[in-house]
Amino acid sequence: MAEAAATSARRSGGAAPALPAWAGTALRLIVSIAVTLFGLMALTFLIGRLLPLDPVAAILGDNATQEAYEAMRAQLGLDQPLWIQFARYVGDVLRLDFGTALTTGKPVLEDVARVFPATIELATMGILIGTGLGIPLGVFAAAYRDTPLDYFVRVFGLLGYSTPNFWLGLMGLVLFYANLGWVGGPGRIDTAYQWDVEPVTDLLLLDTAMAGQWEIFWNVLSHIILPASILGFGALAYISRMTRSFMLEQLAQEYVIAARVKGLSWMRTVWVHAFRNVVVQVITVVALAYAFLLEGAVLTETVFAWPGFGRYLTNALLAGDMNAVVACTLLVGVIFVGLNLLADLLYRLLDPRTH
Amino acid sequence: MSGTSLSPTSLGAWLRAPVPASPFQARVQALWLGWRRLRSNPPALAGATILLLLIAVAAFAPLLATHDIYAQDLTARLQPPSAAHWLGTDDLGRDIYSRLVYGSRITLYIAFLAALIAAPLGLIIGTTAGYLGGWTDTILMRLVDIFLSFPSLILALAFVAALGPGIENAIIAISLAAWPPIARLARAETLTVRKSDYIAAVRLQGASRLRIILHHVVPMCLPSVVVRITLNMAGIILTAAGLGFLGLGAQPPSPEWGAMLSTGRQFVMTSWWIAAIPGCAILLTSLAFNLFGDGLRDIMDPRHG
Repeated sequence: MAEAAATSARRSGGAAPALPAWAGTALRLIVSIAVTLFGLMALTFLIGRLLPLDPVAAILGDNATQEAYEAMRAQLGLDQPLWIQFARYVGDVLRLDFGTALTTGKPVLEDVARVFPATIELATMGILIGTGLGIPLGVFAAAYRDTPLDYFVRVFGLLGYSTPNFWLGLMGLVLFYANLGWVGGPGRIDTAYQWDVEPVTDLLLLDTAMAGQWEIFWNVLSHIILPASILGFGALAYISRMTRSFMLEQLAQEYVIAARVKGLSWMRTVWVHAFRNVVVQVITVVALAYAFLLEGAVLTETVFAWPGFGRYLTNALLAGDMNAVVACTLLVGVIFVGLNLLADLLYRLLDPRTH
Repeated sequence: MSGTSLSPTSLGAWLRAPVPASPFQARVQALWLGWRRLRSNPPALAGATILLLLIAVAAFAPLLATHDIYAQDLTARLQPPSAAHWLGTDDLGRDIYSRLVYGSRITLYIAFLAALIAAPLGLIIGTTAGYLGGWTDTILMRLVDIFLSFPSLILALAFVAALGPGIENAIIAISLAAWPPIARLARAETLTVRKSDYIAAVRLQGASRLRIILHHVVPMCLPSVVVRITLNMAGIILTAAGLGFLGLGAQPPSPEWGAMLSTGRQFVMTSWWIAAIPGCAILLTSLAFNLFGDGLRDIMDPRHG
């Protein structure tokens, strides 16, 4: 009976224009993303309500009359049952309305849009440094396993995992800015140049390069190089470690021996044959490392007075500005999920073995 | 143990016996093997040594400290390291060395308490999801995915913002951000044992699900969870120090290392050692947990070696 039903279902499925396999995968993916986003909203909503502070008292002060208090409570929707409050929150979020930040008095979204380019610029420089150094270090460590070079890369990576980056930032400022004068100080740009840049993308390196303001470009570069290197150090640790372990796996394969027997040099075998097989895995690792840079940026930006997302979040935290905190947390979650998804999609797209 | 007196050679033979005569002997043999592997792994041994030293420093802090950690002496503020103050003094003239010694207690307190909350929580949720399967699994793992959608520092920051600053809230926030990876690991381990014969045998004897999970599944997950949590301790210490640095963790005048670093920040251009010293301590502790955790993984989990 059940078998017959299954057969007929299969037959009718064959008659109707069959959905290609990727559509099923895409549908599953969309449902999974929707559930995750809903979960992100639920969690951030709960964080917003955990608050032991009374938001009404925070706005009106302690001396408000009972009527004024009740009126404000109703205006904020706090007299409603929790699930109605949540439904409202979801509605607001879907309309991209995150409320007003107490610290700046502007809509949170506007604030975030203003500070985000600074963080993107910093994180991108960081990932360039981390990838540019991390991949070669990981490949060489694997190619010369158990040599001093390998030990050096592993210790360097371990230090990257263990160093508090805010401390490294402070020490870097003392050494390279205050004592040696090799780099610019805190902030994105010298105040003297602050009003000379025409903001187009708000990525100062790009804006100054496009306008041909090379003097300012070098100034911006001298400001970004230290915080980006420190962020990149953490990414480097992760990328070099993962690259090394992917490469070790490949170098144990028989095709490596075949290539050597054929007479190829060791470096050619490593880079042309083995490395090509790990490129896709490494790309996904880089995407994840980029997501973790956002985390590192919170503390690094605080140390370097970098006017980006991390410092905005820290200021909101210290001021108890829950609207901004909740919005920023949600935003980071969405970016994190997005980058994970990107890594996953890249993997499927680029690696023929997954087809 | 049998009643024979144990001379060094017979102890060695007892430890090396190919077939242990008692469960006790088997257990001691396993420990001895572990110790031998640890001994042949210098980085792990270095990590273990640093951690033991740190625990000793925390335990004997009153004996090791040379000054009262809260006593202010404004005539002797911002002094570089000297014979009177081995690591110098901070902006209120307090002895940095003594504060560092007492700070080790706070660091270990945060790390171990956070691990003590996060590990059982992750273990219970992970094994329950893995063993029961079906809807329970789907819902619990969705929850884990959602928590994992946030970088742990951001999640801890958001929780602290909601709960209010302070060391206890910091520990709760860090634990809430630390359990999901453990749950995921415990679930994966559970999936490998849930269909095995010994579980079927226990079930046929009429053991309840709770009993099976607690007595027969959880012990199988413990080794990999212990390794994971040791490696996580490094991250927990960095997060705790970060919270202290931002002023959201331990509050002044507590000698927490992150908070000490934060006060040192204001004077960093002139008196760099105030910030440098607690930072070194944080780095060393986090490094020790990483080294020891890596070694522990090789010892307890030969599959990943």
